[in-house]
Amino acid sequence: MIQTIAFYLFAVLTIASAAATILSRNPVHSVLFLILAFFNAAGLMVLTGAEFIAMLLVIVYVGAVAVLFLFVVMMLDIDFAELRAGFVKNFPLGMLVAVVLLAEMVLGIGAYKAGALDLGTPDGTAATPAGASNVEAIGGLMYSRYLFLFEAAGLILLVAMVGAIVLTHRQRSGTRGQKISKQNARRPDEATVNVKPEVGKGVSL
Amino acid sequence: MTGFFQNLGMSYEWAWFVSTICGILLIALPLMLAVAMIIYVDRKIWASMALRRGPNVVGPFGLLQSFADGLKVFLQETIVPSAANKGLFLIAPIVTFTLALLSWAVIPFNSGAILADINIGLLYILAISSLGVYGTIMAGWASNSKYPFFSAMRASAQMISYEVSIGFILICVVLWAGTFNINDIVWAQKGHVFGIINGFVANPLLFPMWVMFLISSLAETQRAPFDLTEAESELVAGYQTEYSSMAFAAYWLGEYANVLLMCALNATLFWGGWLPPLDIPVLYLVPGFVWFLLKVFFFFFVFSWIKATVPRYRYDQLMRLGWKVFLPVSLLFVVIVSGYLMATGHFQ
Amino acid sequence: MTVGQLIKSFTLWEFVKAHWLTLKYFFKPKATINYPFEKNPLSPRFRGEHALRRYPNGEERCIACKLCEAICPAQAITIEAAPRDDGSRRTTRYDIDMTKCIYCGFCQEACPVDAIVEGPNLEYATETREELLYDKAKLLANGDKWERAIAANLEADAPYR
Repeated sequence: MIQTIAFYLFAVLTIASAAATILSRNPVHSVLFLILAFFNAAGLMVLTGAEFIAMLLVIVYVGAVAVLFLFVVMMLDIDFAELRAGFVKNFPLGMLVAVVLLAEMVLGIGAYKAGALDLGTPDGTAATPAGASNVEAIGGLMYSRYLFLFEAAGLILLVAMVGAIVLTHRQRSGTRGQKISKQNARRPDEATVNVKPEVGKGVSL
Repeated sequence: MTGFFQNLGMSYEWAWFVSTICGILLIALPLMLAVAMIIYVDRKIWASMALRRGPNVVGPFGLLQSFADGLKVFLQETIVPSAANKGLFLIAPIVTFTLALLSWAVIPFNSGAILADINIGLLYILAISSLGVYGTIMAGWASNSKYPFFSAMRASAQMISYEVSIGFILICVVLWAGTFNINDIVWAQKGHVFGIINGFVANPLLFPMWVMFLISSLAETQRAPFDLTEAESELVAGYQTEYSSMAFAAYWLGEYANVLLMCALNATLFWGGWLPPLDIPVLYLVPGFVWFLLKVFFFFFVFSWIKATVPRYRYDQLMRLGWKVFLPVSLLFVVIVSGYLMATGHFQ
Repeated sequence: MTVGQLIKSFTLWEFVKAHWLTLKYFFKPKATINYPFEKNPLSPRFRGEHALRRYPNGEERCIACKLCEAICPAQAITIEAAPRDDGSRRTTRYDIDMTKCIYCGFCQEACPVDAIVEGPNLEYATETREELLYDKAKLLANGDKWERAIAANLEADAPYR
């Protein structure tokens, strides 16, 4: 009973907030509704027993990606009139995308009706081991069967990170940046000097 | 508790529902009371270290000061700035307050005394704390005012930055405990060092992790010395500048509930939670929740102590500490800890 | 950077030292007093709330010479005078706007008969602004109330004047 209530609650909220994402006029509201949709999708995943994925969805998408979205959208100064001006021009393109999406959905549902694909290998290694928790099952798969793909994904991310740093980082000459290790290493006795000059004579620094 | 309600003649589902509601109330209400008292304690500790007396007029020793403040705030008018985004402006404090309470669901107060004993407890806490950014950022944006907005940007950047290193630090703990379940993490600390000391903190490989976790939790809860989101000398009062009355109080309570949560996490993940400090049978005569509350209070004292001692960091220093010091060091420790565990055959 | 400094920075030695210091202060006696219940001693020259004094026989001291009104740099004092029924010159009105007063003490310096003085009272905060506009009755009442303290202060200060 309670599962059914929870499912319909999450499902309705997911769809409603997804609709609100594209319908709301204020882009910041859109992003916030998107976050709500993510959150409710995570709830649906918990209901299906995929709690690890659900938590990752919240941590990664809600906690990091959507915050960046929000940052960008908040900083933008959007002129709504200008935004709507291109509506007629872009309408055919939008319709094309919509038709493609519709065709894919029809195809997908048709394929589902015909029976799901069997994703497991013949020897059944992909099946979740009985008694193992979600985290263990995913870890077991990732570090054994899909080790190569996992590491390749990691490498790609590393390359992307290095690339981003290379593209944006530049050495600037003529600036006097703070060298914290140097500051920390400085002691009072090497920073100050105590002199007793004679009368009428200055101090040379 | 579910069994008790089932004996009263309810079906299992209803009994579960009612007992969960009772559990939530059993945690949330004392927590609110604890937050009110802890604000008083915070002010007292802070005052003592500055050789002052702190609140001492309302009630005996000023014990009722927080309630007097609460009443004052409650009687104020809720002001919504005319240029503010009204809906978001009012939702933001509720979000902050709710999220501050949510994480307590997976904190064990005693052996098994835990509202939701889920096997991904630690991930749940990470997920909820990563949501915490939104209360702040919504408040900053919805206020439609410059300083709250700056503060919200600072706060969210700060929280995201330190969550990264907190994640790596927690991975070390999870590797050693072998589970995400917080109750099992506490059990894994039983007799951890020499078979007698309870707690990961006595482990030389995890002690630096605890120090970093303590500092990161200060940054995560925006406590001094990392309180530059509400740096009053630069940003008026930070993202809550435009707030008054109960909305302001919700931020206030949420902030301290988060601080208490971080104290509880320090106690549970590194100091053995509800286990006594030493694995001696005599010490188990004291109930577990007493040890837990003592540890939480000790950490709260440490938080106040730090607040009374260290001056505020500059923003670039904060970012440098998070990204250039904590992130590499915690990454290094993930490698070292997992290497050590593999070498000693911990996983067999 | 020497090895010693490296060790110090990795063990957060300076933070530990600072926290040890604040912990010592935590257990020290408080520097502040328990104010509403304990009070600091005041100098006999302390310039607090104003009062108009009387002679021991009950006759008011003020002779309406208006020296205080003339010297007041904030122009907080307003005096109107008229002969009384017995022919002596007295004030009919003696107002001090306490919101204007800067507590410089010139009025009590100027007074030839020690009528207007600034007493030792410093706790006379009010809820409304109007309550701070003192009239003659209020000032005389102050004088009656604080006479003993004011007389003692004047006597203690007399050898230095």
